[in-house]
Amino acid sequence: MSYKTDMGRVIGLGSAKEGSHDWWISRVTSVALIPLMLCFLWKVAPLIGGTHAEVLAAFQSPFTAITTILFIMISFIHLAGGLQEVIVDYVHGKATLVVLLVSTKLLCWGIGFAGAFAVAKMAFGA
Amino acid sequence: MADVNRGNRPLSPHISIYRRQINMVTSIVNRITGVGLALAAVLIVWWLLAASTSAGYFDFVNGLLTSWLGLLIMFGSLWALWFHFLGGIRHIVMDFGKGYELKSVDFWGWAIVVLSFVLTAASIMCLAAG
Ligand code: HEM
Repeated sequence: MSYKTDMGRVIGLGSAKEGSHDWWISRVTSVALIPLMLCFLWKVAPLIGGTHAEVLAAFQSPFTAITTILFIMISFIHLAGGLQEVIVDYVHGKATLVVLLVSTKLLCWGIGFAGAFAVAKMAFGA
Repeated sequence: MADVNRGNRPLSPHISIYRRQINMVTSIVNRITGVGLALAAVLIVWWLLAASTSAGYFDFVNGLLTSWLGLLIMFGSLWALWFHFLGGIRHIVMDFGKGYELKSVDFWGWAIVVLSFVLTAASIMCLAAG
């Protein structure tokens, strides 16, 4: 017979060790992505297959530039959290887990930042 | 308090004998589309980087994305985005404790499958129209 409560016995034992913060980030980014995705489909998706000049011209609009930068950055933050959730579900070795978690996070931040930079560069007209 | 019924609880049926339900499908497809969208996101960033680099590099990446394989990936990603978007909205609704009645679970499970295809077709038509 243990005097620990049910909660005390299980806390920190989940595969991710913690989680309500990650859960919250996932929900906040999801809510932000709803309108941002619609703006992206409206303003940017039609440019795929267009000309270079059309793309440069489109990002002169602050609305298009800002919503695209936000869509990319928040998508990658959301993706980093999502991939983390998937990885902790399926990967079990401690070392592999840490390497995978750190590398996906760094890749997501890096690629997200690169996308935001590309849009900013076009918006500022270089 | 502690030590009630440890190890002597009913187990849920094993997946292979569990009656298949639409919510099993939408759940795993939401995960697959989420991970799959990573590829689409990376391709879009590559395309934007190319556009911000030079006209020649843009034409190269733009050409890849609109080759038959590129278009297949782009249209597939469009469907994945709609599906994941609808599934995501459903998650948020359910976080508010709504939509757990069996009827509603079945209805919305099928609804997002159908809607995802309808929205994909509609957006491809909009894109093709200009
Ligand atoms: C368009 C708006 C979007 C909404 C509303 C949305 C919503 C959500 C929600 C609510 C979850 C949590 C699901 C769960 O707890 O099981 C989730 C998971 C995820 N999302 Fe999104 N998402 C969106 C866009 C994206 C994009 C663009 C990507 C990729 C770049 C993405 C990648 C993921 C991944 C990898 C997961 C984890 C899947 C899992 O754990 O099963 N999402 N999304």
